[in-house]
Amino acid sequence: MSVLCPEIPTPGFSFENCKRNAVLETKGFALPKAVKTGTTIVGITYKDGVILGADTRATEDTTVADKNSEKIHYLAPNMYCCGAGTAADTEMTTQMISSQLELHKLYTNRVARVCTANQLLKQYLFRYQGYVGAALILGGVDVEGPHLYMIYPHGSSDKLPYGTMGSGSLAAIAVFESRWRPDLEEQEGVQLVRDAIAAGIFNDLGSGSNIDLCVIRKGSVDYKRTFDEANKKGVKQASYRYPRGATSVLSTRVVDIEEVAVQRIEPERMEIA
Amino acid sequence: MPMLGIENSIMDDSNDWRNAAHSTGTSIMAAEFDGGVIIGADSRTTTGAYIANRVTDKLTKVTDHIYCCRSGSAADTQAIADIVSYHLNFHGMELGEEPLVEVGAAIFKELCYNYRDSLTAGILVAGWDKRKGGQIYSVPIGGMCVRQQVSIGGSGSSYVYGYVDANFKPNMSKEECIKFVTNTLALAMSRDGSSGGVVRLGILTEAGIERKVILGTDLPKFFEG
Repeated sequence: MSVLCPEIPTPGFSFENCKRNAVLETKGFALPKAVKTGTTIVGITYKDGVILGADTRATEDTTVADKNSEKIHYLAPNMYCCGAGTAADTEMTTQMISSQLELHKLYTNRVARVCTANQLLKQYLFRYQGYVGAALILGGVDVEGPHLYMIYPHGSSDKLPYGTMGSGSLAAIAVFESRWRPDLEEQEGVQLVRDAIAAGIFNDLGSGSNIDLCVIRKGSVDYKRTFDEANKKGVKQASYRYPRGATSVLSTRVVDIEEVAVQRIEPERMEIA
Repeated sequence: MPMLGIENSIMDDSNDWRNAAHSTGTSIMAAEFDGGVIIGADSRTTTGAYIANRVTDKLTKVTDHIYCCRSGSAADTQAIADIVSYHLNFHGMELGEEPLVEVGAAIFKELCYNYRDSLTAGILVAGWDKRKGGQIYSVPIGGMCVRQQVSIGGSGSSYVYGYVDANFKPNMSKEECIKFVTNTLALAMSRDGSSGGVVRLGILTEAGIERKVILGTDLPKFFEG
């Protein structure tokens, strides 16, 4: 190689490792798997509003990354949104749509509708073809009444009276399928949502810690952060510590530490000249 | 991803609630009768082997007189229907009258054909207009567009082609046609694992749409061996 005739590297992508990876895979060295997050999030409609619920465990593989994470996100004064999937994506998507809804409210001088939020969220998620990994339960009350939407990462959405999402969704839906009915009272609804999240926390390894609730009525919201601790640590019934003197002293020996002389050494001056 | 129909059946890791594979499914149909068209669909949406929604409405409004039956990826078909609805209603405002069904079908075709490499959508466009009356256009996966007197779609349809060929008659009465569509869908739903739930019907005539639901318990029964 010379300066006059430099060796130019081959342009374009290099696929030389594909063959090697395929060989490694046949020898039992599997490729790393994508990280999957666990969660239980739910939502129901009741007599005069919607109730959203979520567990508070955030995971990184099998490690619990956050024992008390907030999964019910603010969207508008009359709308909240539960998020499952990639934590960063649910957080940023809801923040961005929340900002768009605020501007929409200012522009139209009206309370933003839940169907508007649904449309904004699904169009954003569809544009990213599932690469923005946000699975959402959108709930709110507007001039048309209470509404609940399930929004999937690829950009489809369903309007339902009750629904669950996340790895704990199967445990939670079982609770709803057996006990949900139209026109529940608020107290019954809160209890049902609590039980559905608890089912997720107890039966799904990806879900755990506390229960967060959010009750949205016409004109008012009750955000109940840490509504319940599903797995409260029990109080010890007795002390298991040994009482003082439980072990008898067989012999005693006292050793004096030798006296040590401390000699101080003056530091030498540094040469500056 | 929620799908209107079947996929790689068993729950494996690549097929969980968050990233299920693309594939077609569902049982949908449309049939012309004397005075309009009847559209029908089952109500199942699946994510892998899990039923994400058992009361789905796959009969989606485009304009007052034009509806579509969706099969394939839920996200893709919902997005397409929203976009066509926007274009067609805008066209209707410029035109000053109800848009033609063939125009609606042409817009569906245009999107489905241009984005054929990234879409999984099998759509039946049905409606009524004053020029040609009740019409059905089938827009299958590659983005073709063809008018048919009767059309079926989705994974469940393969089980009932013979039934449709044997029992469809042009210019049936409304009641006769409702019976025909209900029977066809019930047969498809009983043989196809990714179809099920209730039967949703839409009767499109000059007057607009009349919706009906036939609950799972009220579906016609056939040989159950």
